Amino acid sequence: MTVDLKPAANEVYKLPPRLFDARCKACWFFLGVVVLVASSFWTLNLQWAQFLSAQAFVKMGRFLGELLHPETSSAFLNKLLLATLETLAMSALGTLLAVVIGLALALPASKSYEGDPARWRTLTRLLLNALRSIPELVWAALLLIAAGLGPFAGTLALGLHTAGVLGRLFAEAIENTPTGPGFALRLRGVSEGRVFLYATLPQVLPQLMSYTLYRWENNIRAAAVLGVVGAGGLGQMLAFHMGLFQMGETSSILIAMLFLVALVDALSFASRRLLTR
Amino acid sequence: MQATIDPAVSRASAATRRDPAWRGRVFWALAALVLLWPMLVLTEFTPWVLLHPGALKPTLRFVGDFVPPRMDGEFLSMVARETWRTVAIATAGLTLALLLAIPLALLSVRVLSVSALTGHMGFGPSAVRQIVRWLLIVLRSVPELIWALVFVRVVGLGPTAGVLAIALTFAGMLGKVYAEILDSGETHATTSLLRNGSSRMQAFLYALLPQNAAELTSYTVYRWECAIRSSAVLGFVGAGGLGQMMDASMKMFNGSEVATMLLVFMALVWLADRISAWLRRGLA
Repeated sequence: MTVDLKPAANEVYKLPPRLFDARCKACWFFLGVVVLVASSFWTLNLQWAQFLSAQAFVKMGRFLGELLHPETSSAFLNKLLLATLETLAMSALGTLLAVVIGLALALPASKSYEGDPARWRTLTRLLLNALRSIPELVWAALLLIAAGLGPFAGTLALGLHTAGVLGRLFAEAIENTPTGPGFALRLRGVSEGRVFLYATLPQVLPQLMSYTLYRWENNIRAAAVLGVVGAGGLGQMLAFHMGLFQMGETSSILIAMLFLVALVDALSFASRRLLTR
Repeated sequence: MQATIDPAVSRASAATRRDPAWRGRVFWALAALVLLWPMLVLTEFTPWVLLHPGALKPTLRFVGDFVPPRMDGEFLSMVARETWRTVAIATAGLTLALLLAIPLALLSVRVLSVSALTGHMGFGPSAVRQIVRWLLIVLRSVPELIWALVFVRVVGLGPTAGVLAIALTFAGMLGKVYAEILDSGETHATTSLLRNGSSRMQAFLYALLPQNAAELTSYTVYRWECAIRSSAVLGFVGAGGLGQMMDASMKMFNGSEVATMLLVFMALVWLADRISAWLRRGLA
């Protein structure tokens, strides 16, 4: 005769962690945060006295007061419009460059089917991580030496950093596609390149497009400030006029920048709402 | 004898072979080229500049200098100090951002509105919430680099400008997302407490906060990681830390120093990423 052993209603062998342990973990975390914050403030010797002094407030007030009178001569506004277009072009071309480089690196960086040797996977992933972990601004500062002052360096910088980001995302998208269609083609002896073009790419294309658009949005914001190291666009204009203490011009450029960022935010918000409705 | 091909058959096979979408493809390819042209002109996209001997020689010398990276003790201790300052600027900035973000988030949370319990929020409270939300959006949308440029002008070169810049931008980001997290969760416990006469602070501390504490902490840790990355960049406009040191070395074309700092920077970003992922896994 067999006895049906029902599992216990509450699984006694899976008790929650002891309360003391759980509390202790939170305590250690909290203690770590307190120590980190305290030592940060302690070692930085911030000049609060200088920042909160009457002199600094007067300076700040005068600074803000000067910003209230933006330069609006038509010659300057034309220059501003050109710089804004330059910023947009930098971001678009940088993103395009990143898509090309990113896709070229994502292919060797992905293991697309069971039994794919993917010999270059580790190496290309390392390269992608290196590209990604250096921010656009640092790339721009580095590329100034090779490409000279101007928007070209900024475009390349955006392209290289974004290539790292997109390459990794693309590689993950390729690895996560259903392998059925590719398998069917491969079984009939179709070459790898064609398998990618006719089986993998059509499946991942919507995802690649959405990643690309998302990064383009980020890149417009990045391109606006990238110029402060001399890499073109609105940022370079800002650094130039701020350096000469021409506050009217500075104010106009700041307004243009904020307007650009707000416009991108609003468009992205609206399109997302439109698409998800 | 040559086989004759029926012209009707060959025309049919040519028609089936033709890409049905070729007209669209050609049109879009041309349109892309037309769009690309002004962009190439605007960005002064001239890759051959890179191969010009006047640019190539210093670049090669600079990049050749990367190996070996400078590794002597004196320099490394200096790099270590600046790396710590980068982390410290990020941490201090984020702490100040929290001081600003928490009250603003509490002001703009809709769940904690007493008048909304009747089904319709009053005009005053709703207006206040909207204004606070706009303030947060404005704080967030000014890039930290611009704040840093402004504060370098006011307080001079050094970490203070970096801390303030991070504090303002991240206050906007944190405040907005905190409010969204608090508003999007389960509101039953909070409204029950409010309906039964507890104060809004009590409702927050005993219902809303415990429900969302893990998510809030996880987002804060993630932002700390972002703050480290941006504090390294802020150095390039003179706000202290690793970035300022890297900027100085780049201006001197000192490749070996730049190489060391780039390696340290990558290691720092990687470490922050690991720590943040580990903490967030623990919280999930």
